[in-house]
Amino acid sequence: MILQVENPVVEVHDLTVSYDRKPVLWGVDLTIPAGALVGVIGPNGAGKSTLIKAMMDLLPSGSGYVRLFDKQIKDVRKRISYVPQRESVDWDFPASVFDVVLMGRYGNMGLFKRPRQADKDAAMQALTKVGMQAYADRQISQLSGGQQQRVFLARALAQNADLYFMDEPFAGVDIATETAIIELLRTMRDQGKTVIVVHHDLQSAADYFDWVVLLNMRLVASGPTEKVLTQELLEQTYGGKLTVLSKVGDLLRKQEFPSRETKVKRVKS
Amino acid sequence: MKEFFEFLSFADANVRYVTLGSMLLAGSSAVVGCFTLLRKRALVGDAVAHAVLPGVCLAFILSGTKNPFILLIGAFITGWISLVAIDFITSRSRIKEDTAIGLVLSVFFGIGILLLTAIQHSGNAAQSGLDKFLFGKAASLVGEDLIAFSIVAVLLLAATLIFYKELKLLCFDETYAKTIGFPVRGLELLLTTLTVLAVVVGIQAVGVVLMAAMLITPAAAARFWTDRLGVMLVLAALMGAFSGVAGAYVSYTAPAMPTGPWIVLIISMIAILSFALAPGKGWIARIIRRQRNKKLILEENLLKLLYQLGEAKQDFSTNRPLQELLQKRAIPAKEAKYGLGKLKAQGYLEKTKNGWALTHEGITRGRRVVRLHRLWELYLTQYLHLASDHVHEDAETIEHIITPELEQRLLEELNYPALDPHSAQIP
Repeated sequence: MILQVENPVVEVHDLTVSYDRKPVLWGVDLTIPAGALVGVIGPNGAGKSTLIKAMMDLLPSGSGYVRLFDKQIKDVRKRISYVPQRESVDWDFPASVFDVVLMGRYGNMGLFKRPRQADKDAAMQALTKVGMQAYADRQISQLSGGQQQRVFLARALAQNADLYFMDEPFAGVDIATETAIIELLRTMRDQGKTVIVVHHDLQSAADYFDWVVLLNMRLVASGPTEKVLTQELLEQTYGGKLTVLSKVGDLLRKQEFPSRETKVKRVKS
Repeated sequence: MKEFFEFLSFADANVRYVTLGSMLLAGSSAVVGCFTLLRKRALVGDAVAHAVLPGVCLAFILSGTKNPFILLIGAFITGWISLVAIDFITSRSRIKEDTAIGLVLSVFFGIGILLLTAIQHSGNAAQSGLDKFLFGKAASLVGEDLIAFSIVAVLLLAATLIFYKELKLLCFDETYAKTIGFPVRGLELLLTTLTVLAVVVGIQAVGVVLMAAMLITPAAAARFWTDRLGVMLVLAALMGAFSGVAGAYVSYTAPAMPTGPWIVLIISMIAILSFALAPGKGWIARIIRRQRNKKLILEENLLKLLYQLGEAKQDFSTNRPLQELLQKRAIPAKEAKYGLGKLKAQGYLEKTKNGWALTHEGITRGRRVVRLHRLWELYLTQYLHLASDHVHEDAETIEHIITPELEQRLLEELNYPALDPHSAQIP
């Protein structure tokens, strides 16, 4: 069940990604429609974060290409925004909540430029949207997990992008934050933005997303939620490891073998 | 004292050079060190410091002069190569960064010492003084050095000012910087170059061996005093500059004293003081907080004790002697007397020759502690399903830290209960 759409926001073609020569994603082919709230779902180690990182060109791909808005990523950086995993940074960094949200404007400002008043306004608006305006001056190490997640979300919102990638925004947050975040994501979807969320909880997935990508080292399914979240496809995703696939991957790493004989260049736009 | 004013008047040109030079060096390397520290690459500075020695020696061998600019260029090149080598080893092999730093540091330093020894035995008269690079020669800085330092120091400060926002994001969240299209590789290169530059000028003053301290110590000390990056940079620069001036002063008053090591000693002293005295995070602040908590617990326990006695006998007005209190609860007599005295001074207790009694305010405060204790016991049995004989110990500590807002929440969640798990009235 891999449904391809016309005029996709994201188009992934034959994407293979390796860590230290061991492929963690094999030949992914998928398209994502505009204005969808998308869940990327699969077991631990399925390559969910890897997929969205490869989509944003944060990881080198072994083969295949990704096109966003039918362009190469470097031409559309301003239209995409990323919410990394909360644990990926050191929250003891000397910065206030407002400082971090303002970082969302750095791309718009350009190099060397100082934040303008308009940038500060945008950052404050984003903070208000996540209900954290009262915490603007707070040192970031004093925040709870849920509040840290909201700050990261606000930073992404401050970018005013069209396509959002979020890595486990619901991991380790309180119920109030989870509800607030999903409400916000729905509002964004209703405004025509596309939101791609890495998610690990199957229970809430059916309720949260209108498009689901099932992943376990390879693409199992991609399509509207009601067609994808079926017993059979879930069993394929979660049922048993692909032992042979893992073993082959290990072998590639040990023998320092390339996963493709020649690297396919990204197509030029 | 006379010497102090003599020093401050800068009448002696040599004093002027040494002081200004030390200040510029220490200040500018402290600013760069802040970013290295936040990037969690504190050890890298040490590797670079050791790796510049072969560069200095090679530059001397090739040029035959001790012109500071030429030596700086040589130092810069090998310092830079060492960083590239560390990156190369970590990305292309299984060797972790700390091991790679250790490897590169010792190999480069070894080559440096080898070259230095060869130069010293070559009989070249111009070589005298080259070994000063090992431990620094701040006390013999001359005008030419000062010009070189000033240029580099200004460059460093200007670069951090211009790229402030970029470096900040690079240190906080590199991946995110990449997604918004920042040239992360370029910025990394910039920070590397700044680090190498800071080290290269810094070793002139404090030498190869102590240079790492000049980069990291002011940054670590400044971090204790502030949670703002901008303030941290300024503080680190000031602390660095101060240690530079102070080091110069020490070697001025006692010419036998080496300037470089003194600069390092003074900045280390500042770091230790920061560690002890910084508000909130320093250990003196922590000790004070602990003492305050202890006092609060003692006082509230005494109030609670008197309240419980009054409650049991339905009589709050009788004065009770110390012995009666101590029978009910084992508090060391000396502590109890101290606490009772404090509470009397605060107006919560009255004392007659028969003993102690609660004032009106004392009753109110004692009642609150008892109420919180019983509420918490009830909360634990209802929400955590703990056995009622296990909850007392927990409540003994929690009763002292519950805020009025939390008390209100507890009351709401427990639906304004009347009895605790031991069927005692909740006042």
